[in-house]
Amino acid sequence: MSEASARKDTPAQAEFRAYCRDWLAANKPGEPPVRLPQTPLEIMTTEQLGYLQAWQKAAYEAGLVGCDYPEAVGGGGRKDCQRVANEEMLAARTPFFPNVIGLGMAAPTVFYHAREEVKAELLPRLFSGEDIWCQGFSEPGAGSDLASVQTFAEKRDDKWVINGHKVWTSLAHFAEWMIILLRTDKSHKYDGLSYFVVPIRAALGKGVTVRPLIKITGETGFNEVIFDNLEVDDRYRLDELGKGWQVAMTTLLHERGAGELQTPRSGGMKNRSSHNITTSAVIDLARQTRRGDGTAADDPLLRDKLMRQLIREEGLRQNQRRSRVQALLDHPMRLPLQNKLLASEIAQSIAALAVEVEGMASSLYMGDSNAPAGGQWPLSYMNSYGMTIAAGTSEVQRNILGERVLGLPKSK
Amino acid sequence: MTQPNNYGFGEEAALLKESARKFFREHLPTDRLHALVASDPTPGREPTCQWDEALWAQLVELGWTMLAVPEEAGGVGMPVAAVAGLVEEVGRAAFPCPLLATLNATYVLVACGEAGALGLADIAAGKAATLALTDRHGSWDPAATEVVYRDGGLHGTAWFVQDAGKCERLLVCASTDAGYGLFWVDANATGVTAEADGIVDLTRDQAHIVFDGAPGVEVSNNALSALHHAMPAIWTLLAADMVGAGEWQLQTTVEYVTTRKQFDRPLGFFQAIKHPLVEVMVQIDEAKSLVYNAACACDSEPGKAAQYAHMAKASASDMAAYASSRSVQSHGGIGFTWECYVHLYFKRQKHSQVLWGDGAWHRARLADIVIGTAA
Repeated sequence: MSEASARKDTPAQAEFRAYCRDWLAANKPGEPPVRLPQTPLEIMTTEQLGYLQAWQKAAYEAGLVGCDYPEAVGGGGRKDCQRVANEEMLAARTPFFPNVIGLGMAAPTVFYHAREEVKAELLPRLFSGEDIWCQGFSEPGAGSDLASVQTFAEKRDDKWVINGHKVWTSLAHFAEWMIILLRTDKSHKYDGLSYFVVPIRAALGKGVTVRPLIKITGETGFNEVIFDNLEVDDRYRLDELGKGWQVAMTTLLHERGAGELQTPRSGGMKNRSSHNITTSAVIDLARQTRRGDGTAADDPLLRDKLMRQLIREEGLRQNQRRSRVQALLDHPMRLPLQNKLLASEIAQSIAALAVEVEGMASSLYMGDSNAPAGGQWPLSYMNSYGMTIAAGTSEVQRNILGERVLGLPKSK
Repeated sequence: MTQPNNYGFGEEAALLKESARKFFREHLPTDRLHALVASDPTPGREPTCQWDEALWAQLVELGWTMLAVPEEAGGVGMPVAAVAGLVEEVGRAAFPCPLLATLNATYVLVACGEAGALGLADIAAGKAATLALTDRHGSWDPAATEVVYRDGGLHGTAWFVQDAGKCERLLVCASTDAGYGLFWVDANATGVTAEADGIVDLTRDQAHIVFDGAPGVEVSNNALSALHHAMPAIWTLLAADMVGAGEWQLQTTVEYVTTRKQFDRPLGFFQAIKHPLVEVMVQIDEAKSLVYNAACACDSEPGKAAQYAHMAKASASDMAAYASSRSVQSHGGIGFTWECYVHLYFKRQKHSQVLWGDGAWHRARLADIVIGTAA
């Protein structure tokens, strides 16, 4: 991947790629001292967080994070170079970045909608991972129908006072900052929304309560956050009052991988505790799994299912490649808006297939010494529902695709 | 060799695709197509070759039939990726013509090496050709051919020959004393009798061809190797046709469910209609991306061509089945009638799904490559 892309680099990209490669060769972090979770959203301990934060800070200081943002806000001031850094980090199999919500969602939103001095205040520590960010969108009564959020901000003098309840808030237990969608006017559904960034860590016990929620896997990592008269300065409002929904669209577009700015991405590190959710990993598993007189890889029905998966996976990779070939596109958002839907559903079906290949042994969970692959596949399968539900369920994604790309009438 | 990022789909390819789209839209809009091929709905009607020969002559004049013929053989030598763009438009128009058949013969002739030049010269001169290599059971393994070459002539029957009624030349796979050979045959020669098949697809014709001592020029004495080299391009181009046809099915159905109202709402408001159509789009895009990847592999990564072409054809076959099913179902009662155009594409896709291997067959071959043969 990185070799193939390298041949299309501009001179500036080529120079930067060489730099990234050299730096990574010398500075890629060693084995983690603790077992890492499968994704940043399941970081549970400060030991895990500390190791990952140190890596993100080093990568930022070396210029591999935020490359395409202007220098004035702590970025690298380059053009279309984050993709290059991402490819090199992936090829080098580095650990993932802990501040995923910050990098993927908060940064582009703050960049496009915050005041200049707020950008300069917040973005450098976001890029370095020193400040972890979380996202306050969903509420007990506002899931797929996000615009029905009720958490309220009331203006008192030059401050906003926030009261309400946010849920499914990944990383809130470590977060300094939260991007938050609030109601500032109860008489208009969409135009009554405003968007803020709020410092939650500084207010713990003084207006903010973070309580962990436990996932179906038994892991923690996401939370509910209760606001009780939290005071926030008006300069932390993004864009105009009543424009919260439009600002939220910037966040969601980037969250779903369809935004203007490339998200800094690192990953691919393989160690005893993490595995890749790929068809080729399931093929390896099938080869090692006894079935009758042979292995699961000899079973014609499983072979057919494995190849179906492989084809879907290659299809998504080729969609991403084709999305940069103008002459082979019909509608500019047609492929980008499929990304989140496909990536999450493909990961889910790969994990489901792995569990099917394991057969009876898929009943063994993490911690059981007889569990194949340390019980990671049942864990991945259960965790995959986080992906098909979060950031707009697959059903909501299909509405968006039907309405925005095919032009079908809105289902509401 | 590795693939270029843009599939090698450059400016020339984009222009060709665009002008093909315009050509078909102008000369054969769907109402004209329907009038041309669907005038007689009677089941069991006499099979006839329903196409616009004058329009085909224009297409030959434009040079589109010799795009895949190498320059040294008098052709244009365009990459498979560019040809796929053209074929996608042929599929979108469901254009009845022997273009795909001729391209298939071209790729096999190219794989024959020097001896193939004879056939390539005919194609460069505007002659349409088709492959004759399938047995009566419709085997997708060319080694199953029933035709035998002995005493200087071809004997036996080739089945499921595509667009035979529109072609002047046949490329026949026959068993010989030395193995399998490929023979370049004049379709009008003595000893060649084409028996037209009565088929579901109204936009193609098909025949079984009886050889009774017919003469043929041997262009390869290692047919299986030549076919092995050419099949990835053949699978890929058929998949490109299916992607184009699938896009027509999608857009036509979207238009219908946007205008047709029930319960005071356009049908497309209902998620029971909307979500399946989104799924059709998703499957088309997967197949399309895999088609250009496979085409590009044929051009610049031949070691991976078979693997990627299996993916493309398997994906396209499954997509075509789903797109066809949704196109008829979402049109409701009118979709079940002869007057509604969706049946033309439903039938073409049905035919394409099984031609040169269905989805399961391609996945089984892919598994042999990726996992290794099963114990």
